[in-house]
Amino acid sequence: MTVVKAVTCPVCGSLCDDIELTVEDGRIVKVKNGCALCESKFLGYNSEHRLLKPLIRKKEELVKVSWKEAVGRAAEILAEANYPILYGWSSTSCEAISLGLELAEEVGGVIDNTSVVCHGPSILSIQEVGIPSCTLGQIRHRADLVVYWGSNPWSAHPRHIERYTAFSEGRFERSAWKGYLNKIKASIVRKKIESAIRRVFFKGKPSAPSNIRNEPPSTLQKEGRKLIIIDVRKTRSAEIADYFIQVEPNKDYELLQAFRALIRDQEIDVDTVAGVPVEYLEEVADLMIRCDFGVLFFGLGLTMSSGKLRNIDAALSLVRDLNMWTKFVIMPMRGHFNVTGANTVFTWQTGYPYAVDFSLGYPQYNPGETSVVDVLLRKESDAALIIASDPVANFPKAAAEHLVKNLLIVIDPHMNATAQLADVVLPSSFVGIEAGGTAYRMDHVPLPLKKVVDPPRGILSDEEILRRILAEVRKIKKRRAEES
Amino acid sequence: MELLIRNGFVYDPINGVDGEKMDIAVKDGKIVEKVNERKARKIDAFGMMVMPGGVDIHCHIAGSEVNSGRLLRPEDHFRDFERKTAVTRSGVGYSIPSTFTTGYRYSRMGYTTIMNPSMPPLEAKHTHEELSDTPMVDKASYPLLGDWWFVLEYLKDGKIEECARHVAWIITSTKGYAIKIVNAGGLEAWGFGGNVQSLDDQIPCFCITPREIIRGLCKVNRLLNLPHTIHVHTNNLGKPGNYITALETMKCIEDLATENKPIIHITHCQFSAFKGGDWRTLESGAEEIANYVNAHSHVTLDMGQVIFTDTTTMTADGPFQYTLYELSGNKWVNHDVETETSAGIVPFHYLRKSYVHAIQWSIGLELALLIKDPWKIFLTTDHPNGGPFTSYPRIIAWLMSRKAREATLKKINPRARSRSLLPSINRELSFKEIAIMTRAGQAKALGLKGKGHLGIGADADIAIYNLNPETIDPSKKYRIVRKAFKRAAYTIKNGKIVFKNGEIVKHLDGATMWLDVKVSEPAKISEDMRRRFREYWTVECENYPVTENYLEISQPINVEAKV
Amino acid sequence: MEKNQKLRVTLLTGRTIEQGVGKERGKSSKEYLESVSVCYMDPEDLKRLGIKEKTNIMVSTDYGSVVVKALKSLRAPHPSVIFIPYGPWANVIVNPETHGIGMPSFKGIPAEVEPAPDKPVLSLEELLVEQFGKKSK
Repeated sequence: MTVVKAVTCPVCGSLCDDIELTVEDGRIVKVKNGCALCESKFLGYNSEHRLLKPLIRKKEELVKVSWKEAVGRAAEILAEANYPILYGWSSTSCEAISLGLELAEEVGGVIDNTSVVCHGPSILSIQEVGIPSCTLGQIRHRADLVVYWGSNPWSAHPRHIERYTAFSEGRFERSAWKGYLNKIKASIVRKKIESAIRRVFFKGKPSAPSNIRNEPPSTLQKEGRKLIIIDVRKTRSAEIADYFIQVEPNKDYELLQAFRALIRDQEIDVDTVAGVPVEYLEEVADLMIRCDFGVLFFGLGLTMSSGKLRNIDAALSLVRDLNMWTKFVIMPMRGHFNVTGANTVFTWQTGYPYAVDFSLGYPQYNPGETSVVDVLLRKESDAALIIASDPVANFPKAAAEHLVKNLLIVIDPHMNATAQLADVVLPSSFVGIEAGGTAYRMDHVPLPLKKVVDPPRGILSDEEILRRILAEVRKIKKRRAEES
Repeated sequence: MELLIRNGFVYDPINGVDGEKMDIAVKDGKIVEKVNERKARKIDAFGMMVMPGGVDIHCHIAGSEVNSGRLLRPEDHFRDFERKTAVTRSGVGYSIPSTFTTGYRYSRMGYTTIMNPSMPPLEAKHTHEELSDTPMVDKASYPLLGDWWFVLEYLKDGKIEECARHVAWIITSTKGYAIKIVNAGGLEAWGFGGNVQSLDDQIPCFCITPREIIRGLCKVNRLLNLPHTIHVHTNNLGKPGNYITALETMKCIEDLATENKPIIHITHCQFSAFKGGDWRTLESGAEEIANYVNAHSHVTLDMGQVIFTDTTTMTADGPFQYTLYELSGNKWVNHDVETETSAGIVPFHYLRKSYVHAIQWSIGLELALLIKDPWKIFLTTDHPNGGPFTSYPRIIAWLMSRKAREATLKKINPRARSRSLLPSINRELSFKEIAIMTRAGQAKALGLKGKGHLGIGADADIAIYNLNPETIDPSKKYRIVRKAFKRAAYTIKNGKIVFKNGEIVKHLDGATMWLDVKVSEPAKISEDMRRRFREYWTVECENYPVTENYLEISQPINVEAKV
Repeated sequence: MEKNQKLRVTLLTGRTIEQGVGKERGKSSKEYLESVSVCYMDPEDLKRLGIKEKTNIMVSTDYGSVVVKALKSLRAPHPSVIFIPYGPWANVIVNPETHGIGMPSFKGIPAEVEPAPDKPVLSLEELLVEQFGKKSK
């Protein structure tokens, strides 16, 4: 039995690197420090859905073949394609991504990563406005106002609040955890009393909840760190916040612009904005100006709802404007553990963070045109390599429809919807468990991924699979050049 | 492999060779006394100039801030791209080229060694991953240490040796090469949106001043026996009147100097040589700085020359970059790094017709021309802050030709022209002086023994330019000079021809140099250190160091510290 | 209360911790599939449809229709807002329009909900065959 310390968790963009794993007979048997997602990954990754042999579609069925045959077929598909797509990348290592870019350049394809369907609009807005940001430790040490907007860290980044924000211990700011415990205790007592009263007096069901109704922000009067959640629904995160603002769906833009106006001392001549009374917003805006160090984290609630990049423009501008008054930073809550790494490696090698088209022999970038969903909607691609992603489960139907008509190569450890419809399936090891590498945290801090246990016999890493495909593609191209 | 470069005019200032016609022999990547003439591959350099490969002491080419700049500016890349060839990878320019393109473009100009001057230690892996993807050149990086909490705390307590041990640890752990100080103390203050205004301002919460940090790290540098000096971006950079801060910074360590050796490098000095009370009354402080440098031997500088072009400014100086955003209204990136440093990025267009920009252009050249000893001032643009490195040939032309300067002077803001010292300066630099300012002097200041010269045993990094010093008058024919330096006739790296006939002919990975600093009692990863790690950073101490596998080719340099 | 057979709502898609946990077990795992073929609704909306929790419902948008299981939202009230976790079921009905910026619209989509007690929630295989046909070369 061995204990491996300081393991980086390959699940979400928080990239917690303090995980302790107990390994027995080459299996992970215990996870310490991890959240529910982390435990599920380390204990459950090796499930019965694991792919253990390369597969090729013959007639209608996927049948087991040798690595040589599968890699050869994959290389052939890519080398012969006119306009292949290479998509995924956000859940693999930077080392694999680097090889993916080389492969995309070699075959003249479009390479795109999953940020195109998550924080793509955020990146486009950053390219318009810029972004005042920092590493997460800076927030832990200094932030006395933490705002999450359109993001549900409790479910999607479960340790984010505890490690980096409101419930973490910093040099200049203390954890708000104790206050939260007291609040929870008080609310349990209150609920008990309420239900007792109901039982005694009404003997019936609890009264029906009413429509959206925002409470006055009296809870923000407290000392120390304050946590605000802004969202269209009351998420688990909202329940632990000092203050929750429920915004009407698709009205984020109005609310952001209202804040921008308020911090500039402009008056707003309506009673409510996006379902929130303006007087409440005034108090929150005042708190934003008065804090010593504020941070706004935003999630897909902003990038995906109506307005998309305009929402992010407004959020970035709001935070930039706040720097006239105080220190304020903003950060997108990145989902996949290495989506930031994918953007990073794409950018240093090609100049662009995603949606890169090599069909003319040099990097071109025009999201909306060179982005994978648009290429699919225009039905232009004729082959696709999908790695560490499941676009059939993640793309809108119209895009997935064309994807499955392509000659389709899937590199993944698990059987998934896309693999079920693939022509070549290449089973890979789990990065960060069975293969090492590098990943970038949501704040751009690079961290090493560890190889903790061996993969099942005969399973290769993403890196090795891509290296073999690339070598094979070059051989095919050389042969073709010699023939002609 | 053997190589013989015949009949070139050799400029090798470190070895006292000044344009003499001679042969250079190369074997196994090193300069040797002679090679087998029949076997060796021969380059006929008749009528050409042979120099050591170019060395750049300060250029931002890799790491998180550079890459944020790339991401921020697709418009910078759209019109400037490089196609994939049989030997090269594709990429883009202009002011913040992608990694492969950076390497190829340096090689095209005959440069073979470049120093990336600002590496946040926490993000050092990123810097090294990019450096490993930067081909054709050897490289190194300077960790940012002037606002690191460990440094502030040890220096405040006067624990200079303890400080030195931890600096040794972080340089070795991050695979760094020199101590970089940016706006000492100002970046910690910027954590809460503040800054420092003078060398004697107290840094909030840390009870220490910029003066104490600079002096402390200067002592640490000597205790550790590091090959380069402390590398300083001054406080108040980019503010009118800051030439006084630059002078004070040089003065504040005067008493620490020994044996006439440099102990401080003031980088991109142009940005720290502003005289005047505000932007309207801005003037050049170059003369005062030059006078001081001419009278003292403990200082080296680099220019940080401004080029009239659209570029991208990026420094670790967060508050300065915010000011630049306020001035320009351009898009702005800020990236503070916990317990260590900060960074900012703002696109910037230097305009000939702008008074301030034209004064800045003038200051850089004035510094280079008024400082008499070329071993003390080096040619840089603080790439990409003053302009992209690809504009070095233009600067060479300005330095070598009064006529070239006048041609540009004619086109700049008239008020700036009337204030410029350039019309009063007749000096025109020689090829020897250019060789010093672009390679020999830089290599010497960096303490790179095998670089910047062509003596026996030196690395065979060689540039051959299509210029005949016997027939060309650089003062008049500056355009020809510019063209020749823009595109070397041959670039030789590790004894191999990598660039010729205007094309990269070989893709070659350069080494990453770093200091393996040996101290008698190394800073230990004790339980106490682990605890501090958890308190200070959000990563585990095991995951902090850059392991050697991050370096495509690792070249450690052993340093025996005096502590 | 008046009972409507159809309810006009706004569809949100997003992450849940159950979906996150299930995903790490593998995208073919029972946990994953069960966590993403559901629709969280306001209890009042369930009443308006006249159905109980765990009844199958049909959710339709301009882009398609899909049968999922209705669940009572734990974090009501959010009347007329329904939530389906990311996954193959949600993708049948989200808006593919990228508005020229590369990203489809996954949140805030106008939709209609109707009870479908007699229609089954398809398995992943069935859903793929229904949506994309059988793959053959």
